[in-house]
Amino acid sequence: MSPLSRREFVTAGVAAGAGLVIGFYLPHGTSSSSKEFFSPNAYLRLTPDNKVTIVVARSEMGQGVRTALPMILAEELEADWKQIEIEQAGASTLYGDQTTGGSASIRTTWDPMRQAGATAREMLISAAALTWGVPRSTCTAENSHIKHAATNRSLSYGELVSKAATLPIPPSVTLKQSKDYKIVGQRLPRVDSPAKVKGEAVFGIDFRLPGMKFAVLSRCPTIGGKVSSFDDRESKKISGVSYVGKIGDSAVAVVADSVWGAMEGRRVLNVTWDDGPNKDLNTAAASASLKQAASKKGASLYSAGDPTKSGGRHISAEYALPFMAHAPMEPGNCTAHYQGAKCELWAPTQVPQDCRDSVATAIGLDSDQVKVNVTLMGGGFGRRLEHDYAVEAALVSKTINAPVKVIWTREDDMRFSPYRPASLHQLNATLDGSGFPVVLSHRIIAPSISGQKGQPTPNNVDPDLPDEAGPVYGLPNYAIEYVMSDSPVPLGWMRSVYALQAAFALESFIDELATAAGKDPLQYRLHLLEKDQDLQYFTTTWKTARMRGVLQLAAEKSGWDKPLPPGHYRGVACFGCFASYMAEVVEITMEKDEPRVHRVVAAVDCGQVINPSILEQQIQGGIVYGLANALRAKITIEKGRVVQGNFDDYAPLRMGETPVVEVYAVPSTEVPTGIGEPSVPPIAPALCNAIYAATKKRIRALPILS
Amino acid sequence: MADLTLRVNGSEKKVSVSPETPLLWVLRDTLELTGTKFGCGAGLCGACTVHVDGNPIRSCSTPVSQVTGKSVTTIEGLGANGLHVLQQAWIAEEVPQCGYCQTGQIMSAAALLAKTPRPTDEQITQAMNGNLCRCGTYERIRKAIHRAAGLPGENGGAR
Repeated sequence: MSPLSRREFVTAGVAAGAGLVIGFYLPHGTSSSSKEFFSPNAYLRLTPDNKVTIVVARSEMGQGVRTALPMILAEELEADWKQIEIEQAGASTLYGDQTTGGSASIRTTWDPMRQAGATAREMLISAAALTWGVPRSTCTAENSHIKHAATNRSLSYGELVSKAATLPIPPSVTLKQSKDYKIVGQRLPRVDSPAKVKGEAVFGIDFRLPGMKFAVLSRCPTIGGKVSSFDDRESKKISGVSYVGKIGDSAVAVVADSVWGAMEGRRVLNVTWDDGPNKDLNTAAASASLKQAASKKGASLYSAGDPTKSGGRHISAEYALPFMAHAPMEPGNCTAHYQGAKCELWAPTQVPQDCRDSVATAIGLDSDQVKVNVTLMGGGFGRRLEHDYAVEAALVSKTINAPVKVIWTREDDMRFSPYRPASLHQLNATLDGSGFPVVLSHRIIAPSISGQKGQPTPNNVDPDLPDEAGPVYGLPNYAIEYVMSDSPVPLGWMRSVYALQAAFALESFIDELATAAGKDPLQYRLHLLEKDQDLQYFTTTWKTARMRGVLQLAAEKSGWDKPLPPGHYRGVACFGCFASYMAEVVEITMEKDEPRVHRVVAAVDCGQVINPSILEQQIQGGIVYGLANALRAKITIEKGRVVQGNFDDYAPLRMGETPVVEVYAVPSTEVPTGIGEPSVPPIAPALCNAIYAATKKRIRALPILS
Repeated sequence: MADLTLRVNGSEKKVSVSPETPLLWVLRDTLELTGTKFGCGAGLCGACTVHVDGNPIRSCSTPVSQVTGKSVTTIEGLGANGLHVLQQAWIAEEVPQCGYCQTGQIMSAAALLAKTPRPTDEQITQAMNGNLCRCGTYERIRKAIHRAAGLPGENGGAR
């Protein structure tokens, strides 16, 4: 396994502005030597039949990478979008880190994809110029053709493939200017929609191999417990059950020739568990350990001026958030085929390379003996950054020496997943005579996800916090601190990760300050952002001007200044994470003490927009996801076991509760930044601030409906 | 185990399964119709929605023995003569994100339009509220249903 978290590596790479170019270009001559195709780099293959195959080295989990990443390359290639075919890369050594997470797919591949397309374009121009014996400068690329205007000649890319494949790769190429974009910025239809509406799309759970078995595992219900013994006599009476046996220390696998057979076999399996050290663990104890950790000295994430300065009106508040579960629609699964000196997997995964390496370790092979194919995913939200399904499938396949698909049920997913960490937040402010903060401090007390997984946490800072818990306002004396607590509860990266917690606490508190000052919460925020400042946070520079821009846009589009119908109330929040800026205005009514969200106006500044339709999907989706988090999402633990089991006691948002979400993007030609996650964090505080406007009750703990 | 004859997407299929097996797993594992999805196994999410004699049912919670002699339609059989108007509308409105729940959503919507060719927002919510989507595509689903309701259907009506 990699000693460095892939997610962390992505973050570091982005933050340093380095991009991920290692292993990017194939050596010339390896793939380009053929007359049959032209492949100047690992992302692209052109063939004489005018097909342009673009390789997507990130995983499609609904966020649109199979469309958006090829759009970037096709733009520079001057390709005919209709001729584009998409190929999904499995785990590879050619594309650098393939982790799909941290809202990073666009921002880490923006440069490599543009370079890949532009390089091929320039080589095709050279091929045409040589063919015609004219200067390169008189040739232009357009719609998968090279044209020579003076003589009205034209050659298709397909016709130039064999010539281009013989040419040297240019050491540098000029990239297009955004004003000349024809594909980037367009609402192009997603390439994956038709198969998905026909039921033809193959998700991990749908993949089949001849002779494949199905397995479900009985896992110890107590966190950290083990199998003591098991009695499989009843299981083996179930038709189709072919094997029952221990997998690792804490699970028993039931293998059958159908999913239902395996499930029935598990239902009647009798396992005696050794509950282990957490048999008395409960939610209250987990909360108490956060409280205890709060007295520890924290690590500084951000510090401006003198945050210890005193004098003025002092306000403080504490906020708390629970454990939450990702609950993607497609339950966990993976197909594995162990064949002695090799093992092949078909995995719905956000981390193909981690799956490869973890599987290799688990079954005693080298990484290069494990092949990981990446399937479509029925949602990810960070759940598929784990390698558990893949390792289980490989272990079962090795044990039974046959291809097998491991399937998790919804209850398995709810009870045996890693969770968004519960956290505690201590906010303190001192206000000046006008009611604005002279000093603001935010202490984040939460366990480290990476730390729990044994990954490095330099200076006691979780490596995700640099992308997710930055300053929003240019305050003179401002501190953000992190106190790393411990948790026996397994932790995972869930959509927007720590930004959700940080934004809920900060943006609720800013509302409390505005209330204390007797000021309009939107104007109050704009005042705190009125000066143009660069806020340096680790390697990101947050610009108050851009945050102000999204707030103003959200205010304008929501009609913040206009009166609402009787009984309607608004709340606002803004936050920046994954290098993007987001503001949201929520409009609610209260019905029987519960909020009903009617409308959300979301404004984003994420630099250059690649595909506005996908952008809108991501923001609408993030808000629906975030509303479920805010209203109901809560994983609780009793006697060391997760209480919730299915969508009845862990209830996502349904259509009837879903507001209209309007999405507005600040026009920009800046480098594109993250969009999968930034819409999630502001929705909970914006909603809670609206509830305060309606009821004068301040919500300091999520979920709202607890 | 029992030998059962099913009518799925207009064809007779003989299967040999235990009669209490949920229809979902017979469709997916025995008949290899994997467009119908497993989401919760408890009738809570709607990903497994198929039609039995035209009515939307949760195939994860319906024993296969209950549908013998009835007509089962899955997503694979919905647009028998090309794409169903709802599938066209789903593409036009760019509904799917991950897409996993969408076949179940479309089956629920198809059952709605068959009975209510011009549904109101309230009727759409009522018909679709049992179908979960974690990607949050509800708004576009609503638009797509309205769009489909306004399009001429295969049989001259908005079907």
